[in-house]
Amino acid sequence: MSAEYATSAEKSLPWLKFANPRNFYPLAGKMIPWFTALAIIFTLIGLYISFFVAPTDYKQGESYRIMFIHVPAAWMSMFIYIVMACYAAIGLIWNIKLSDMMAGALAPTGAIFTFLALWTGAFWGRPTWGAYWVWDARLTSELILLFLYLGFISLRAAIDDPRRAARASGLLALVGVINVPIIYYSVKWWNTLHQGASVSVTESPKMASIMLTAMAVMAFAFWMYTIAVVLARVRTDILEREREAVWVVEEVSRTA
Amino acid sequence: MNWESFSDFIQMGKHGFYVWSSYGVTALFLAIEILLVRRKRQVVRKRLARLARLDTTLEK
Repeated sequence: MSAEYATSAEKSLPWLKFANPRNFYPLAGKMIPWFTALAIIFTLIGLYISFFVAPTDYKQGESYRIMFIHVPAAWMSMFIYIVMACYAAIGLIWNIKLSDMMAGALAPTGAIFTFLALWTGAFWGRPTWGAYWVWDARLTSELILLFLYLGFISLRAAIDDPRRAARASGLLALVGVINVPIIYYSVKWWNTLHQGASVSVTESPKMASIMLTAMAVMAFAFWMYTIAVVLARVRTDILEREREAVWVVEEVSRTA
Repeated sequence: MNWESFSDFIQMGKHGFYVWSSYGVTALFLAIEILLVRRKRQVVRKRLARLARLDTTLEK
């Protein structure tokens, strides 16, 4: 591809050059296949452990297998929000365009995992608690997280000027961070129907450790998936935002 | 091995509906996300390529 472009500041801090969309674009392109491969491998291992290695739960029967995607999806919903808010903060403080684009690219994936945490939770709650939904502190705060993601996405879509959109949505993302510890500690602070930290649901230690392995492998698979899909999304955003740049004109004219 | 047969696997005890609704919708959403990201990339590339061609013809 094109020669790398670096300012003097970027020469003294070499990795900083990847804050430049022009240098980040080809790097992201090279990273996507690796994260995709890892996501596929870990999904297959995770599903295998979830369905064929982990034994039937003596209390809940087979419905507890929903946990192997429910818990990782819920973790992702919170992790992605924190990462998104960090990118938004870096974008706001140092006025780095790529950082704002990363925040924007993370939001849809975060919203999807939040929805999936709620959805799988509903389908686990029905056979376990007898209800798809209750206005429990854990469930309600997770629903608020979904609205925060959707608000962030809509706000960006509603403002035409990308710099103003970055500032407004970045502030929303930062204010919303307060909700993440509320979700996390909700099971301690309030008397919830939702169980406490799932990592300690230990009856026999052997079973707990295989369950923990399945959840960790699935969480890792979701992380790899997230990185791959977010990098792919941000590459398109870079092309759109930098469409005036010569390298983008060359890049889009190459194949299409 | 947890399952004696394929139908045993599908039934998931009595909880097949709940388990497969959870896993199915998760797979569906992630698949849709991948398709949307891909399609948007193609659409954007095409549009920008057209704009680039238009610019070069105007310059000539």
